[in-house]
Amino acid sequence: MSRDVRWLIIASLVVVALGVGACGAPAPPPTEEAPVVPTAPPPTEEAPAVPTGSIEIFSWWTAGGEAEGLAAMYDVFAARYPEVEIINATVAGGAGSEAKAVLATRMQAGDPPDSFQVHAGHELIDTWVVADKMEPVTFIFEENNWLDVYPPGVIEVLSSGGDIWSVPVNIHRSNVLWYNKQVFEDNGLTAPTSLDEFFAAGDTLMAAGITPLALGDSGGAWVDLHVFESLLLAHLGPEADRGLWDGTTDWNGPEVTAALEDFARVMEYVNADHSALSWDQAAQLVVDGDAAMTIMGDWAEGYFKSVGLTPDVEFGYVPSPGTAGSFIMLSDSFGLPKGAPNRDGAIAWLTVCGSKEGQDAFNPIKGSIPARTDGDRSLYDVYLQSAMDDFASNEIVPSLPHGAAASEGWVTAAGDAMTLFVADLDVAAAQTAMAQACVDAGVCQ
Amino acid sequence: MTHARRERWIAFLMVLPSIILIAIFVYGFIGWTARVALSKWDGIRPDYTWVGLENFRHLLVGQGTTARRFHIDLWNTFFFTLLFMVACVVAGLLLAILLDQKIKGEGIFRTIYLFPMAISFVVTGVVWQWVFAPGTETRLRGVNALLHNMGLDALRWGWYTDTSSIGPFHVALIPVIIAAAWQLTGYTTAMYLAGLRSIPDELRDAARVDGASEIAMYRRIILPMLQPITLSALIILGHISLKIFDLVFTMTGRGTGFVTDVPGIFMFETTFQGNHYSQGAAISIIMLLTIAVVVVPYLIYSFRREVEL
Repeated sequence: MSRDVRWLIIASLVVVALGVGACGAPAPPPTEEAPVVPTAPPPTEEAPAVPTGSIEIFSWWTAGGEAEGLAAMYDVFAARYPEVEIINATVAGGAGSEAKAVLATRMQAGDPPDSFQVHAGHELIDTWVVADKMEPVTFIFEENNWLDVYPPGVIEVLSSGGDIWSVPVNIHRSNVLWYNKQVFEDNGLTAPTSLDEFFAAGDTLMAAGITPLALGDSGGAWVDLHVFESLLLAHLGPEADRGLWDGTTDWNGPEVTAALEDFARVMEYVNADHSALSWDQAAQLVVDGDAAMTIMGDWAEGYFKSVGLTPDVEFGYVPSPGTAGSFIMLSDSFGLPKGAPNRDGAIAWLTVCGSKEGQDAFNPIKGSIPARTDGDRSLYDVYLQSAMDDFASNEIVPSLPHGAAASEGWVTAAGDAMTLFVADLDVAAAQTAMAQACVDAGVCQ
Repeated sequence: MTHARRERWIAFLMVLPSIILIAIFVYGFIGWTARVALSKWDGIRPDYTWVGLENFRHLLVGQGTTARRFHIDLWNTFFFTLLFMVACVVAGLLLAILLDQKIKGEGIFRTIYLFPMAISFVVTGVVWQWVFAPGTETRLRGVNALLHNMGLDALRWGWYTDTSSIGPFHVALIPVIIAAAWQLTGYTTAMYLAGLRSIPDELRDAARVDGASEIAMYRRIILPMLQPITLSALIILGHISLKIFDLVFTMTGRGTGFVTDVPGIFMFETTFQGNHYSQGAAISIIMLLTIAVVVVPYLIYSFRREVEL
């Protein structure tokens, strides 16, 4: 065969492949302008069937207290359903970034696990529910009379379109200020309750050569968003803060400006090498006394305890300055994917997740509090007990960087705006970018 | 069919499966990515609604954070590529010349210089992150601690935490360039050493007889003869640096103010964390075109040379 003919064959193969790749995209589901309103299958009238076979539970709880807590919940499940095999499908990687990518691949291929870990709130709703991949779990809540046991604020976060979409296993709090008690004592300080007190304490500490606030954002913009959302709450109050996430509060308003200005001011009190530290390395600065305070979720308590400290002895805790009375929540929860291979097993698992027994097995080990209001207080340490008290009495506000308040696209856009803001401290540009992120997410006008 | 034609036909058939696989898994997927880049797929559910060049417009000339970030990425890639290539070529050439001096233990040195290439970029990134972590005045870390102990406090600076820039060049890229050059200088050293070794001794002797100094000999004879190696090294290094991801991601991430951000990281974060599949595809296509501009002319040039030979 002549050379030219061979080249012609190869070239046309390449062109055909390019063309097939471009044009032969799999037949898309009918594209709609509005997000699909997910339809619920008729709720099962009879009691859930006794499950058999195996269940595959997908999570990123691969190490430490998280893995042990999950194992404890598995024990509760196994005691109830000894015939069912539990397949612990985990994917390691910080905050689930790897797991989410693996999960997306599986769900898009129509190969869902029986249940998977997902942050309760918009991360679940705007990723999976609008893609019509989830079954609502309202019937599980109704059958087990859980609507009396979960605070209405939590039910609200879990709901969309009149249905509940996941069963929360735990509650973490975002707006906590942790501090080194010895450093405070040495400098004659008390834990700040307002932003003014915070800045005053910061001045005293700077003069003494101690970093007032430890920050470690090498892990990503979520750490900066974490601090920022406490400032937003301090200036807006819980009602208006919740309004940020449904379009009723204006992102261009003066309170948001004030929160950004305060963030710029806070950066003056932060360690200069924050982009070279992870959040736990920043917490270590507080442990060592190189820094006095850090604003981080209550998984920081897990870190402090893991290095041998005791709450109220070496380290103390207060709500982030100006946010007392409000509880910024995030929650790990489990959902029911459509087409779960073992639907009865998945429902049984969800029933264990939402039960008092399951939550009291998981949370003391994990270092979080149960989402139910009837947890057994005696199982939890002094900080977690105070968190449980606050959770039962405070205004509940969803967290931004941890998937409760906003979709993942919105969180990444806000994170990008934050990354630029931390460098140039340009309040006007950041506010415009934040407002635009709300518009791009389809929530604001 | 003649024997020769049958042989050629069989040879073609042997290569055909590979061609088909590459056609599907490389070019087919490139085509599909281009299709996604021209649609508005945002979220888990595929959405192939045609939007033309909107994603590209949004990235390149838009007004929002996306375009700001992408412009920074392009500048970062430009300076990273430029300085990284220069560092590797210059350092590689110098080391090769030194190795060529018929020293004892040349084999050991050659192996040592090549070792970094055997390590994954991820490991390099993690370790160099520790090395260049600046710490603070009271709690120095890494190189800064070393400089302090040597009494060279004036040389301490923020390394990759430094958010300042010289024009569009972010100085935080310097530690990243050092780490990348550390890893790949062995490659250019090996290539240059082979090139130097291939220059016949008679040429050098003739040059010396003609009265050329060592420097002149290098300038006038040896370096020009190494040009093809320089060219191919630049192409290989260029295509690595234009799509660099794992080294930067594990070493510094995007950096405060995106000082060390590169399109690879942007693509990963926007696709797998933000679920903006179309935007990620558009970034990928732009990266592909950038690399094609560098690699394709070289391939055509080297292919023509083979044909001539």
